[in-house]
Amino acid sequence: MSVPGSWQFCVRLLRRQLLLAVRRPIDIGNPLLFFTMVVVLFPLGLGPAPEQLTGFAPGALWIIALLSNLLTSDSVFRSDFDDGSLEQLLLAPQPLYLSVLAYIGAHWLTTGLLLAVLSPLFALMLNLPVYALSTLVFSLLLGTAVLSLLGGIGAALTVGLKRGGMLISLLLLPLYMPVLIFGSAAVQASVSGIPTGPYLAILGAMLCLAIALAPLAVAAGLRISIDA
Amino acid sequence: MAAAMWSFFYKLGSPPWLYAISGVILRWLLPGTLLALAVGMVWGLLFTSPDFRQGNSYRIIYIHVPAAVVALAGYYVMALAGAISLVWRMKMADVAMKAAAPIGAAFTFIALFTGAVWGKPTWGTWWVWDARITSMLILLFLYLGVVVLYEAFDNKEAAGKACAVLSLVGMVNIPIVYKSVDWWYSLHQPASIKFTGESTIDSSMLYPLLLMIASFYTLFFCCLLLNIRAELLKREARTQWVKKLARVVGGH
Amino acid sequence: MYFDSLHALLTMDGHGAYVWTAYGVTILVIVAALCAPLRRRRRFLLQLGAELKRAQGVAVGSTREER
Repeated sequence: MSVPGSWQFCVRLLRRQLLLAVRRPIDIGNPLLFFTMVVVLFPLGLGPAPEQLTGFAPGALWIIALLSNLLTSDSVFRSDFDDGSLEQLLLAPQPLYLSVLAYIGAHWLTTGLLLAVLSPLFALMLNLPVYALSTLVFSLLLGTAVLSLLGGIGAALTVGLKRGGMLISLLLLPLYMPVLIFGSAAVQASVSGIPTGPYLAILGAMLCLAIALAPLAVAAGLRISIDA
Repeated sequence: MAAAMWSFFYKLGSPPWLYAISGVILRWLLPGTLLALAVGMVWGLLFTSPDFRQGNSYRIIYIHVPAAVVALAGYYVMALAGAISLVWRMKMADVAMKAAAPIGAAFTFIALFTGAVWGKPTWGTWWVWDARITSMLILLFLYLGVVVLYEAFDNKEAAGKACAVLSLVGMVNIPIVYKSVDWWYSLHQPASIKFTGESTIDSSMLYPLLLMIASFYTLFFCCLLLNIRAELLKREARTQWVKKLARVVGGH
Repeated sequence: MYFDSLHALLTMDGHGAYVWTAYGVTILVIVAALCAPLRRRRRFLLQLGAELKRAQGVAVGSTREER
């Protein structure tokens, strides 16, 4: 049996992760349910006046997306760490960089992508104008991909620790902040009628940087966690 | 020449040598730093004339700006030490990185506190979400993340490596954070008030500021050496040279 | 010297509270940052020294008993 090439291996890993995720629909549904409930929190806390909601909607939607991403980041590597398959992955001849991208890609497909696609529903609940919806979806697509990559770094560094939980949030939130700034600014610009290209371009640039560098940190973190 | 440099780096990796030389350095650097700080503070507080617009509260610049500068530089020192410990597996670099984190956090706190206090008489509120303060706050979070991560690991060797990776990630992030926050602030506050008219600072105000910045740098270095010394003793507790020291200090 | 009197120095035309609070807290933090490692070092060495003395005492005591 021949050793699979790097890309083949990567795709197989991706398929495996997606299959595992689909077999546990609760793990996909929970973040979306969380998102829905937190969306309800905003009018409850800030008042249901439509104009006021429109003012907060871009930032609120982005913050909720950020928080749901934070909640799911912890589990990217945990189950494979617990049963030892992560250790096997480290010993595999295929480059860890691509394998890590497979894990994170699967994570994004089952969290960020879904969130981005379903966001118009929640946006309408928060009275975001219809013409801003496409910007919302695009900014979330790009932004949640960056968040997944950054989340992978936090997950890799903390996967070996018993008390994960709060720690990963403390590590990731400062890293998430620039993404939040530009993501919500893009939606805000769309609401105000300003061209959104530059903001989405910056998000795209962040994504390129993250794809290039984050897997290195994730791979290093995984090695450290496993060696510990 | 190359042999001398090589032997220097080799010695740097030896705990007793590092302990000894840091003691020698501190013996003259620490008093010097304290003196320079005192001179700088007195000069800024008493011997400069107040700012035209801000009045006497601008004197906080002599501690706010040095603290902010050193807080930022300190993160790079920490990240660099982490990188050296990862790449060259130099244990002493790991010690330096671990020592730098809480010090950097302390300096960032000073910068934040003095910045907020300065903001009250200048802009009327205790906390202003302006670019500089917000960036400083995020920097504090980055420092505290390193401290918290180190404490979470039981295996301290892994802790050091994990913190090294985290510091490097933070190091890449800092310019992004600063630029983002800067831009974010300009977006939400078009009529921005600059904290100091840096380009128009009078030379009589500049010299004490430069003195304070320099002394804060040496202060950081002193704190770093002190922390490295304490950490070295703890790590090398089982060795002869530490036991000898303990007998000298604690035995009698 | 810019200020004419101690009172002027303390109040600084109304800004005194801010300036002195800022400087005061800064000095406190600096002192803490310098003293904490010194105290840690001293405490560690004293502890280790006491431990070694005890261990030495036990060793001497036990050899004395053996005779």
